[in-house]
Amino acid sequence: MKSNRVPLVVEDVQKAFGANEVLKGISLSVNRHEVVCLIGASGSGKSTLLRCINLIEPIDSGRIVVEGEEITAEGVNVNRIRQRIGIVFQSFNLFPHMTVLQNITLAPRQALRIDGKNAQERALGLLERFGLLDKKHEYPDRLSGGQQQRVAIVRSLAMKPDIMLLDEVTSALDPELVAEVLNAIKELAEEGMTMLVATHEMSFARDIASRVCFLDAGKILEQGPPEQIFKSPEHPRTRQFLQRIIAAGRL
Amino acid sequence: MTAGDTGPDRKLDPIEAVSPPSSPPTLGRGSRVLGNRAVLGSSASTILFFGFIAVVATMAPGSEIVRQRFFSWFHLKQSFLGTGGTPSVAEAFLLNVEIFTISEMLILILALVIAIVRGMPGPAFFPFRVVAVAYTDLFRGVPLILVLYVIGFGIPGLGLRFFSYLSDVTYGIVALVLVYSAYVAEVYRAGIESVPESQNAAARSLGLTRWQALRFVILPQAVRRVIPPLLNDFIGLQKDTALVSVLGSIEAARAAQIYGAAQFNYASYVVAALLFVLITIPLARFTDRLIARDKRRRQAGAIA
Ligand SMILES: Nc1ncnc2c1ncn2[C@@H]1O[C@H](COP(=O)(O)OP(=O)(O)OP(=O)(O)O)[C@@H](O)[C@H]1O
Ligand SMILES: [Mg+2]
Repeated sequence: MKSNRVPLVVEDVQKAFGANEVLKGISLSVNRHEVVCLIGASGSGKSTLLRCINLIEPIDSGRIVVEGEEITAEGVNVNRIRQRIGIVFQSFNLFPHMTVLQNITLAPRQALRIDGKNAQERALGLLERFGLLDKKHEYPDRLSGGQQQRVAIVRSLAMKPDIMLLDEVTSALDPELVAEVLNAIKELAEEGMTMLVATHEMSFARDIASRVCFLDAGKILEQGPPEQIFKSPEHPRTRQFLQRIIAAGRL
Repeated sequence: MTAGDTGPDRKLDPIEAVSPPSSPPTLGRGSRVLGNRAVLGSSASTILFFGFIAVVATMAPGSEIVRQRFFSWFHLKQSFLGTGGTPSVAEAFLLNVEIFTISEMLILILALVIAIVRGMPGPAFFPFRVVAVAYTDLFRGVPLILVLYVIGFGIPGLGLRFFSYLSDVTYGIVALVLVYSAYVAEVYRAGIESVPESQNAAARSLGLTRWQALRFVILPQAVRRVIPPLLNDFIGLQKDTALVSVLGSIEAARAAQIYGAAQFNYASYVVAALLFVLITIPLARFTDRLIARDKRRRQAGAIA
């Protein structure tokens, strides 16, 4: 039943902060097992779009539908929706007073009401998969940035979300730590996790994306498979953006 | 904020909490480098300093009468233990400890409730927020002794069925709790506000409710941060238990006064003062330790 539905549909979403129109009619869908990458200049609205999907920011008009349910409808239980949509931020935001294991089991236990033993088993399984099992009793400040970010990803995954939103998850990391986090995401993609990923890492987008969306000033100017967007972009603004990226040595 | 959100100053290290503290610099124990010379120097200056004070005190005019009235061993001992006609200051001090302990527990709870109510968002909670703000404004502004009078003399005067027939100590505790909760609520609130908003966002984005985010993510971090100022307020509370005597309870200060009046000697006050200081010093040193550790943590965090 679930597999017939489209995990995420965004329809003509608009969002302004005061007079600043940040999203000017975004329409986008993400199919099951698809990895959609959002690229675009700083300030183009990538983070805002992800925050709207996670219901952190209310939208002004349009609709967002997750697994067939309109989450932007009135009277929807936000907490229940957020349990199904994982989001990982640029700053890892782990809970500093809790161990890695406590960080991961908190939401499954409190929000999903899974009993402690099962929550722990689930967490340990995920930690093992991401090579973090030996860190389970560490506090976040004893971990490297890369490890913290992987724990943050595991913390989201422990909720078994229908879709994961990743917002520039490697931007706060030292260059030598970026690869371990990107590899973790790549692994997730290979396992078929449905993802919407905002990123500045173009080579990463090229590797994992099933589709790339170029966001410019609150609109999706162009989207398509990575070969098309990166090799023969149609829109002059896309070309311009990519040229700048190439000039900066990031592709 | 990035790694700063999970900075090293956020959690109490259980190992460090039980390990002996390095003594504070004011006690003058030398660093390893200075070693014996520093110890020698601080001992010498300590002996000189207090020696000088002792000499001045004993040679000053009237020192004999001061010694008799305040430091007579006989009266110190007798007021401490009590006589047939006067209460024991030591025993009366147990009442201070009782008042302090009960008040402290109630304050910790009531203040937390006030702080939480004050932080509740949305128009539905507006009236509750107003009450919380009015409460803190009122009870931080009114002198404790006035609150004691109003509660301790005013309520019995109303002739209510149950509430007008409580003990003086109970009224005293109520007054202390009302006043101190207003201060402690503000301390809690500062702690809650010092936890970055990103922590709340992370908790909520996992599907936790507002209350769950507060209870499991925000409050534990907030409380850890405000332990030193909380202890400070409790040192103040410990001393202010003496004011409950205005309602007639015979606590240490009042017992000392009774002895002083009966024997025309003030050694009893010295005894009472020493008892208060004795119980305050460990609290104060403990607070110093926590603050020092907090500072070390922050410095370590800044370097890292
Ligand atoms: N909470 C907010 N209040 C007001 N303005 C905001 C807020 N959040 C974002 N904006 C504005 O919205 C615009 C888009 O920001 P957004 O963070 O979505 O861009 P982005 O594409 O993620 O950029 P970057 O690549 O730098 O992360 C910016 O002009 C920003 O100033
Ligand atoms: Mg962004």
